[in-house]
Amino acid sequence: MKILYFAWLRERLGRAEEEVALPPGVATVGALMAHLATLSPAHAEALAPGRGVRCAVNLDFAGPDHPVAEGDEVAFFPPVTGG
Amino acid sequence: MPTIRVQEAPFDVAAEMAALTAGRTDIGALASFTGICRVDDGLAAMVLEHYPAMTERALARIADQAMARWPLTGCTVIHRVGRLTPGEPIVLVLTASAHRQAALEACAFLMDWLKTKAPFWKREEPREGPPRWVEARDSDEDAAARWTSPAG
Repeated sequence: MKILYFAWLRERLGRAEEEVALPPGVATVGALMAHLATLSPAHAEALAPGRGVRCAVNLDFAGPDHPVAEGDEVAFFPPVTGG
Repeated sequence: MPTIRVQEAPFDVAAEMAALTAGRTDIGALASFTGICRVDDGLAAMVLEHYPAMTERALARIADQAMARWPLTGCTVIHRVGRLTPGEPIVLVLTASAHRQAALEACAFLMDWLKTKAPFWKREEPREGPPRWVEARDSDEDAAARWTSPAG
């Protein structure tokens, strides 16, 4: 599964994207975030609850209960600040 | 059909207005909003990052909402990305309608939703010190939320 990071998440993690194998039982955005947080101390810090990180699955905003599956493009980023 | 563009280059407001009204005699109101890079606290430049694959799709969805809620003859949303210096325009929203209320309300709606529902992130480069990411403001969420009640 392709994971993308934007803005300060990209900077903290030192990468704009990474390929991650979806472990069995990880089926929602929230569960995926919890899994990613185990990958490194930087991931744990950037994706910690309370950081206000938002998500999009396949180019649409998605909440923590939104399903994820192998082959999805999942992006994590801070609250948007355009305009 | 809304006109949606994401680009590094500046935009020409007069040309965009002319394009939206060309050949039509049923438009009685053309509303516009231009967002401009403002100097705050010694700002040297602003860098706008976005999620390229998602951005135009999100803007089109917001524009479709405006077209569905108000009797618009058309609308234009242009958002710049990349490095912008103070005084440069960042975003343009145009709405055209037979009457002013629809045009003005739809223009305000588009800006309020664009600020909270399109994947852009601003990074400020101060004249001194490290760059800093702009934090989302609750007031922007509040402004967007006022349109979620039954369509105005």
